[in-house]
Amino acid sequence: MSAIVTETQFHVLAVDDSLIERKLIERLLKTSSYQVTAVDSGVKALEYLGLLDDEDTSPDSTPVSTTKTHHEVEVNLIITDYCMPGITGYDLLRKIKESTSLKDIPVVIMSSENVPSRINSCLEQGAEEFFLKPVRQSDVNKLRPHLMRTSGKRTEDHQPNKRKPMEECMLSPDRTRARYNDDLEL
Amino acid sequence: MEVDQLQRSFVEYSRLLFHEGFLDGQFSQLQLLQDESNPDFVLEVVSLFFEDSERLLNDLTIALDQQNVEFKKIDAHVHQLKGSSSSIGAQRVKNVCIAFRNLCDEQNAEGCLRCLQQVKQEYLLVKTKLEALLRERHDKRVVHDLNCGFIFQLEQQIVAAGGAIPMLNEFC
Repeated sequence: MSAIVTETQFHVLAVDDSLIERKLIERLLKTSSYQVTAVDSGVKALEYLGLLDDEDTSPDSTPVSTTKTHHEVEVNLIITDYCMPGITGYDLLRKIKESTSLKDIPVVIMSSENVPSRINSCLEQGAEEFFLKPVRQSDVNKLRPHLMRTSGKRTEDHQPNKRKPMEECMLSPDRTRARYNDDLEL
Repeated sequence: MEVDQLQRSFVEYSRLLFHEGFLDGQFSQLQLLQDESNPDFVLEVVSLFFEDSERLLNDLTIALDQQNVEFKKIDAHVHQLKGSSSSIGAQRVKNVCIAFRNLCDEQNAEGCLRCLQQVKQEYLLVKTKLEALLRERHDKRVVHDLNCGFIFQLEQQIVAAGGAIPMLNEFC
């Protein structure tokens, strides 16, 4: 337990089937000095996270044990598009939250559509934030508190419950969860 | 000074595109993401947009040409086009896509065909303008290379001082 706080970069897994969106989100994340892995589908994301191996397709599958070694690379946050062919962002979110090994990884959903019921169900399922596309720097700036909160091992004092003030993040009026109270984007 | 002239014409042309509604604030965001370590970011994203759009427009043409029009499929293509145009700030293309999706919901084949023509037109317009804009920028870069980073510094300073260049859409 050294006194030096490691400057290891946070690693974000970005999931989006659109190449342009992936490029954009990757650039945004990199300007915040995050390490980025971008994949083009929910299935690839599950593969990367090691959830595909022994997970059956039953939606009621119980949390999978973590005995398998999937990656040495740690993922600190997952940001995913909602509308994707195959597994949607919502399905991905659910599978992550059902997994004992991965449920504490913060998940953020992005969508081009401002649908209150969609936003609600994602937040209820455990998504930390819901960003309306196109995602901007101001949205990406909101990720840091979530990353800091779950990175107990990066601080000297191992207090995973120690939080930085999160008020600004949760109550931000513009682009996230409060947004659905505004007029519809269209 | 040549640098100033290029700077001015780049600004003028950007301003025009924002004013005419071809580009919205999202394009400014792309410009902000470009820097010395990623000097071609805007060009790369715009190029992807061109490729993507041309493919989608082609798919749409084929899909609407079928005996049995599959509106779900068409809607999926338009959704993609709406997404990518929105991501680069191609506002007018995006707006036509919104109308297009409504017509898909209504299963209005004729309306969809008209919309397709319209979206093709808007796409070609914005493509021409973006290409011109990027040429301006390219020329600017040539001078930049000759002036050892002067232009970039100039632009960065302007951006740092409040983003006057990229935020022109507020003047519309």
